[in-house]
Amino acid sequence: MSDEILKITSLQTHFFTDQGEIPAVDGVSLTVHKGEVVGIVGESGCGKSVTSLSIMQLVPSPPGKIVGGTIHYKSENLLNASKKRIKDIRGNEISMIFQEPMTSLDPLFTIGNQLREALQIHKKINKKQANQKSIEMLKLVGIPRAEEVMNDYPHQLSGGMRQRVMIAISMACDPEILIADEPTTALDVTIQAQILDLMKKLNHEKDTAILLITHDLGVVAEICDRVIVMYAGQVVEEGTTREILKNPTHPYTKGLIRSIPKLHEKDQKLYSIPGTVPKPKMGMLGCRFKDRCEFAHDRCFSEAPELFSLGNNRYSRCFLLDDTERKVASDAEANTGS
Amino acid sequence: MFAYTMRRLFMLVPVLIGMTLITFSIVHLIPGNPAQVILGETASETAIKNLEESMGLNEPYALQYTYYVSDLLQGDLGTSLKTKTPISEEIWPYIAATFELTFFAMLFAIIIGVNAGIISAWKQNSWFDFLAMLVALIGVSIPVFWLALMEQWIFAQELSWFPSSGRQDNRDPMEPITYFFVLDSILHGDFSRTFTVLKHLVLPSIALGTIPMAIIARMTRSSMLEVMRSDYIRTVQAKGSGQFLIIYKHALKNALIPVLTVIGLQTGVLLGGAILTETIFSWPGVGRYIYEAITYRDYPVIQSGILIIAFLFVIINLVVDLLYKFIDPRINY
Repeated sequence: MSDEILKITSLQTHFFTDQGEIPAVDGVSLTVHKGEVVGIVGESGCGKSVTSLSIMQLVPSPPGKIVGGTIHYKSENLLNASKKRIKDIRGNEISMIFQEPMTSLDPLFTIGNQLREALQIHKKINKKQANQKSIEMLKLVGIPRAEEVMNDYPHQLSGGMRQRVMIAISMACDPEILIADEPTTALDVTIQAQILDLMKKLNHEKDTAILLITHDLGVVAEICDRVIVMYAGQVVEEGTTREILKNPTHPYTKGLIRSIPKLHEKDQKLYSIPGTVPKPKMGMLGCRFKDRCEFAHDRCFSEAPELFSLGNNRYSRCFLLDDTERKVASDAEANTGS
Repeated sequence: MFAYTMRRLFMLVPVLIGMTLITFSIVHLIPGNPAQVILGETASETAIKNLEESMGLNEPYALQYTYYVSDLLQGDLGTSLKTKTPISEEIWPYIAATFELTFFAMLFAIIIGVNAGIISAWKQNSWFDFLAMLVALIGVSIPVFWLALMEQWIFAQELSWFPSSGRQDNRDPMEPITYFFVLDSILHGDFSRTFTVLKHLVLPSIALGTIPMAIIARMTRSSMLEVMRSDYIRTVQAKGSGQFLIIYKHALKNALIPVLTVIGLQTGVLLGGAILTETIFSWPGVGRYIYEAITYRDYPVIQSGILIIAFLFVIINLVVDLLYKFIDPRINY
C-alpha cells in the first residue's frame, strides 16, 4: 500500500510541568493508509492519547507542546499549517471521537444543534439541508427515531446512544481519517460490540481510515488491520494484527497477550505484567521496559534499543531481535520454557 | 417548563408568609407600645387606649396578623406617621427611582463584568487577565462612599462632565408619568431631556455598579476557566469550530449559571441597600425613603419598605430560577 494519508515521523510531545519536562510522546512514527484500520495499544500513561491529540493539535497547551517531528496529512505537514488550515481539517478531513460519551457532548444544546454545527462549520449548506443530513447521519449510525432524537438533549440518551451521536458528528463531513480514542472503554460489553461493528461498517462503506486507540487487545483483534504497541511514549512493536497476536516479539507485547483471560485456563491466576509504566522523564537510560522485563540483560540497562526491522513492515524495539542477539533470545526462551 | 414554573411559584408561598411574619413582628418587638410611640411621651393613658383600640392592638396577635395580611393583599401598606398619607400612594416614585438606578448600575456591571471575565479566561495569564483581575480586586475592596465622593470630585466638580446629584435638572423638572425618568422623557418626546437624565445616571450607576461588576467579572472568569477544560469543549474544537463560537456559544452558556446567580443576588442587594449611594447623590430612592423613616421613627414606613425590598428580592430570585431552566434543560427541582 503506497497511499499513505497520515504519516507521523519522530513525533515528540512534551509536557512542561513544575516537576520538569515530561516527554509523553518520545519519537513516535507511524503511518496510516487510506481505508486502513490501525490500532494503537498500550497501558494507561504510555502516550497513546497524547499521540492522537497531537495529530489534531488539541494537546492542552500549556503545559503540552509538540517539540519535534512531523505529522503529514497527505503531503502537508500539519505542524507547519496555519491555525485556519488546522480548523478546516478538524472535523472535516480528520475527525475524532473520545472515550467519555457521557461528557463529550455539550449538555445545553440539542443533538440536532450539535450535529448541524459540525456540518455548517465546513459545508456551505442552509439549516434545512443540515437538518436533513443530520437525520441521515443519525439513521446511518443506527439511532432509532432519528427525527425525535434531533430535539433531545444529551442527558436524555444512554451512553451507547451518545457514542453513536459522537460518531455521527465525527462522520458528518465524510472525513478521510477517524481518530477514535478509546471509544468503547466507558461502555458495557454488548454496546462495545455494537459500536465496533458500526465503526467497521463505516470503514467499509465510506473507506474512512480509522486510528483506534485502545488498551484492549480484544478490540484490536476485532477490527484492526495493523497494530502499533506503545510503551512509555515510544513505539515498541508494529505489525499486522495477525502477526502481532500470533507471534509477538517484544516482551511487553507478549506480556499484554498473556494478560488476556482465557477460558480454558480457568483455574490459573490471571497473568499480569509486574510493576507499572514508568513515568517518562528526560534522559532515560537504557530500555524503558527493562525493569519489568523477564529477559532484561546488561545491554538493556546501558543502551536504548532502536526499532529493529523484521521485514514485511514488522518492527520491534528489543535487543533480542538484534541479529547478533537472536541466539541469546532463543536461549532465554528455552530457559523459561515458554 | 409550565410545571416547573408552577412549582417555583408554589414554593414562594411559605417564603412570603415568613416575610410578612417578620415585618409584622417588627412593630411588636420595638421597645414600648406602638401607640405610645406614635403619640409620644406626653400622651395621656386614655388617648393611648383609644388609639390601641382603633389600631386593633388589643386583639390577639394571630388576629392582628390576619388583618395585616388581608390589608396587604388589598394593597394597603398602612399610613405614614409623618406625612399622614397612605404608603402605597407615596412609595412608587421612590421605587421607580431605585429601579432605574439599579437597572443602569447592573447594566454597567453585567456588560463590563461578563466581558472582562470572558476575555480574562480566554487569554488566561495575559496582561489583560492580570489587569482585569487587579481592577476587579480593587473594585470589590473600594468603599462605595469613597468611590462616590471621588467621582463627584473628579467628574462633577473638576471636569464638570456630569451633574453631581439628583435625577434631573431641578430648575426645570418634568411632569412625571411612570416616574422612570428615562422612559418619561421619551414618552414626552423630549430627547434632550432624556440625555440630561442619562447624564444624571452615569456617576451613581458607576458607583453602585462597581462592586457587582468586580464580583461578576471574577465569577465569570473562574466559571469559564472550568468549562473551557471540559470534554465537550474539546469536542467542539475537534469539530473545527473557531474560538468565537466555542467561547460565546458553548463555553459562555455552560458558564452562565453561577454568573446568573451572582447577578440575581447583587441586583437584590442594590435594590435594598443603596442608601449610601442614594444619600451622596441625593437620589430619591427606596433606601433614602427608609433611612428617613428610621430617623423619624416612622414605623409603618419602615415595615412596608422592608417588606417591599424583601418582596423584590424574592421576585428577582424567582426570575433567576426560571432563567436557570431556560439555560439548562437538566434542571428540574
